[in-house]
Amino acid sequence: MKFKIQPGESVGIVAAQSIGEPGTQMTMRTFHYAGVAEQVPTGLPRLIELVDVRKEPKKPLIEIHFKKSYSKSRKKVEELLSKIEAIYLSDVAKVKEVMEKNRILIKLDEKRAKALGITISDVSAAIKGAGKRSRKGNMVAITLPKKDPKALRKLYIKIKKTLVRGVDGITKAVVAEDDGEYFVRASGFNITGALKLEEVDASRVFTNNIKEIEKVFGIEAARNALLREIKQVLYMQKLYVDIRHLMVLADALCFSGKVLNVGRHGLAGKKASILARAAFEETVKHLVSAAAKAEEDRLHGIAENIIVGKTVPVGTGRVTLEFVPPKEE
Amino acid sequence: MLLHYTPTEFEIKKLKFSVFSSEMIMKMSKAKITVPDTYDDDGYPIDGGLMDQRLGVIDPGLRCKTCGGTSKQCPGHFGNIDLVRPVVHPHFAKDLLKILNKICINCSKYIGSAKATCPHCKEALPKITLSKPTTFLADKVEILPTDLKEILAQLSDEDVRKLGYDPIYSRPEWFIVSVILVPSVKMRPSITLESGDKSEDDLTHKLVEIIRVNEKLEANINAGAPQLIIEDLWKLLQYHVTTYFDNETAGIPPARHRSGRPLKTIAQRLKGKEGRFRYNLSGKRVNFSARTVISPDPMISINEVGVPPHVANILTVPVPVTEWNIEELKKLIESDEYPRALYVIRKDGIRMRVTETSREKILESLGVGWVVERQLKDGDIVLFNRQPSLHRISMMAHIVKILPGKTFRINPIVVPPYNADFDGDEMNLHALQTEEARVEAHELMKVERQILSPRHGRAIIKPTEDNVTGVYLITRDDAIFTKEQAARLLYVAGITEMPKPDVDGKLYSGRLLFSLLLPPGINVRRKSKMGNTVVVKDGNMISGTLDEDIMDHDILEQVFSKHGSEVARHFLDNVTKMSLEYLTLTGFTVSLKDYSLNEKAEKKRDELLADMDKEIDKLINKYLNKTLERAPGMTLKQTLESLIMMITSQTRDAMGKLVENSFGLYNPSIVMAKIGARGSILNAIQMSGVVGQQAIRNKRPHRGYYKRTLAFYKKGDLSGRARGFVYGHFSEGLEVDEFFLHAMAGRDATVNTAIRTARSGYMQRRLINALQDFVVTEDRSTRDAGDRIIQFVYGGDERDPMYSAVKEFEEPPKEDAVDTAV
Repeated sequence: MKFKIQPGESVGIVAAQSIGEPGTQMTMRTFHYAGVAEQVPTGLPRLIELVDVRKEPKKPLIEIHFKKSYSKSRKKVEELLSKIEAIYLSDVAKVKEVMEKNRILIKLDEKRAKALGITISDVSAAIKGAGKRSRKGNMVAITLPKKDPKALRKLYIKIKKTLVRGVDGITKAVVAEDDGEYFVRASGFNITGALKLEEVDASRVFTNNIKEIEKVFGIEAARNALLREIKQVLYMQKLYVDIRHLMVLADALCFSGKVLNVGRHGLAGKKASILARAAFEETVKHLVSAAAKAEEDRLHGIAENIIVGKTVPVGTGRVTLEFVPPKEE
Repeated sequence: MLLHYTPTEFEIKKLKFSVFSSEMIMKMSKAKITVPDTYDDDGYPIDGGLMDQRLGVIDPGLRCKTCGGTSKQCPGHFGNIDLVRPVVHPHFAKDLLKILNKICINCSKYIGSAKATCPHCKEALPKITLSKPTTFLADKVEILPTDLKEILAQLSDEDVRKLGYDPIYSRPEWFIVSVILVPSVKMRPSITLESGDKSEDDLTHKLVEIIRVNEKLEANINAGAPQLIIEDLWKLLQYHVTTYFDNETAGIPPARHRSGRPLKTIAQRLKGKEGRFRYNLSGKRVNFSARTVISPDPMISINEVGVPPHVANILTVPVPVTEWNIEELKKLIESDEYPRALYVIRKDGIRMRVTETSREKILESLGVGWVVERQLKDGDIVLFNRQPSLHRISMMAHIVKILPGKTFRINPIVVPPYNADFDGDEMNLHALQTEEARVEAHELMKVERQILSPRHGRAIIKPTEDNVTGVYLITRDDAIFTKEQAARLLYVAGITEMPKPDVDGKLYSGRLLFSLLLPPGINVRRKSKMGNTVVVKDGNMISGTLDEDIMDHDILEQVFSKHGSEVARHFLDNVTKMSLEYLTLTGFTVSLKDYSLNEKAEKKRDELLADMDKEIDKLINKYLNKTLERAPGMTLKQTLESLIMMITSQTRDAMGKLVENSFGLYNPSIVMAKIGARGSILNAIQMSGVVGQQAIRNKRPHRGYYKRTLAFYKKGDLSGRARGFVYGHFSEGLEVDEFFLHAMAGRDATVNTAIRTARSGYMQRRLINALQDFVVTEDRSTRDAGDRIIQFVYGGDERDPMYSAVKEFEEPPKEDAVDTAV
């Protein structure tokens, strides 16, 4: 039973050290996923991004797997790719605003549109509801009811970004293969959009955006995603850290029900102890607010006990010794 | 009144934070400070001045007028400055704004959210804003702090509670300062410069200014000066008080010293890395420690540390006097030379130095209950540490061994956990002072307990470098020893009984000798890096050559798990000694000829490079005439660059094979790289084959001159040479342009490392801060400081990561009782 974790073991510190210590050995390289344009950060920058739980990673990625009936055939997946990759109006057409006539002119870029299999009626359908439409050849015009340059400019910007086909936010998609299975890898993280396609295997849509996973699938999924991503970053550089350390980190960030980060606005800033917070960052702010609210520090943590000079409540510091002298004969 | 403070035993259970009221400050104050000056012309503290002797004394000759203590005994006392007009405390301005928006400023009653009229007194409510940092406006008309204080003072206790404050500990009107608590002189000592001039602390300077302005304001009020002048002085007083609390307040210029340096006032003292919190409270200085340069000594055990006599003479270990050791301790007190007692501590806690003169008296009265502080000696346990302490094994317990010299010596194989080398590194040593600490060090911190890394459960203290080479050479087929040689190898490893010769009836094979180091029950069957199969059966090595991986992951970890830390330590000590003895016996070295390729290989190398050039040329041509196919998601240029990088790395790989084949498996450089002792094939490639592609920010160098990296090349030249491919190798030397680009890449790497260390250091600080309170409790769940559950079952399986790689861990044999002092 010696291999069991000992009660009192400061697993938090050991986990933090185990994850942090190899940081100095990590490279700052970016990783190039075959096909996807992005140089995806790996190593230290990505690890920092993960423990910070950024709202959006520097290079968001999504991997969309399909149901078995599709995923075995490259052709079928390629067909699906066109359903997924977002095509915006400005990708297939030239958009012009005609101020004097109070209208916006959209001219289809025939070469591009044809390559993508998009027709003028697709374009016209995409901008349905934007205003009064009129169509002529490969052109569509939208006319505003009354002269209003401001509204026109607003509409112009909106129209350029109108989705013609695919899932919003998912760009630069390519078909990738793993062990005979074809799937789509792309830039972006719109899981909700991807899940709307019935061909998609909802249980296997991955993104490197932890916050998005939390939003769509919930905290448990976010915890697993965090674990998976951190593990991947470390193992990619052959820096082996026991999975239990990573679990401590992932669980610590997620146990409150919301994904927190490790910085002053997250886990470290939400500690109960005033002294622990003051010793970390924003010293004066924490002391002043504690005084104003007449708060108490009950000295339950490590940092605050070091500050007041007491034994820290971990390991052998959690127990006391009792000596029962042998009875004299 | 207390003559001096006697420490009483108590325990801090909790800390309460609160805001001082003026009354409280008056109660604490021992002196009213009215004179804006410190010392008189004779250098004597002025009464009522900032160095008033009632606030404590710093001159060793004087006595405190409050408690009568000397500079050493008296901790200092507070004083007070009465401000003629109150001012706003800058740190509470935001709180005040929130309060003012939730109360009626006419009738001082709680109204909750901002309303147009007060529901209590029906008066119209002005809009209250804060003009930073400390001015409050009601519909753009200033509210004077006097009025503010009055409004807040009338709040009922219940309303104070509704506002989120505490009527006993932090009433909002106390956020307006009308009395300043003057810290004791001990908190702001003046320093005497070499020239004899006295230089005052920044806080003293600030307080002088506050008193000065306060005096002037009072004089003007009493003289009936115009309101405008009074308000100006009031504002000035506000400024000084604001900067007294925080000299980095946004929106106002910082108060400066005569030299132009901004003053360090209260907030600055607390804040940041060098502030009170991080520098003095979270990090504490200690006694009983030593620091010096480290050097290697493979002949001492891994759990020992060589301590120079100079250190051992100064560091002490306290030994309580008992009836059983009193005679022994008396001898230490009597002694004039090395193991002797330096101090004794009497029953009343007074510490006395043992000197020629005091010796007799001490010996006379020495009795049970005293403590003798004797010098550090062999067998003592100490903590040894190297910064940066990135993980817990940066600090381990070692057993002292006094050795000549002036450096700390450690066995070179315990270097990895400390991440140390011997190019001038210094390390710290701490002599333990309590029995409890020594027991914990023995049971938990000793080096052999840390053979497995808590990070991944794999061995971290293991044979490295020369030891690996030695073990490999010993276990090679051609390692056959005469009786004399074998005896020598065995003797250093502590084996004094000769085994039966196993080769030709009178010679000894290396594997036999190595087997004698192995404890029973060790079994290995695995392919080695040299391609043969290593077979160990029940501690007998049968075939194969050892390498780094088999040595630690198969043999060492097995020894540790089957026989415990003590056996593993002896195993490591003996393996180290035997392998180094072998290398001493036979020698292991490299020479220039080990790095020259044979003629055939030389020719092939040139061909390889010519082929690469051809390939690159082809690509460049394709790129120039636009027939190169663009890779998805990349520009044409990026495609070209990535293809060229691919070719150069292929060339390097091919060169590796070439070099390896040319050198053969007996070339020392190849041996070391293959078995994992030191270096890699890449080093051999760069020394004999080709240095290869230089990279800046992971790309081929491309900046510098217009369309070229150096003026040496043609404009627009994209070839290998012009973009940092170094065709030369280190044994023949580099061309000038190659050398230059190589140096550029070298600088790039250095800069990157520096940036990375800073970034990862901050990340680790944040990680530790976030996770430090998580502990496994008795039910093996992970909990935080507030006993909230983080994990119901630690790690999902309750397993200790340190032993996660161990398959069947048996209880290690009980180690002997801990050595006690003396």
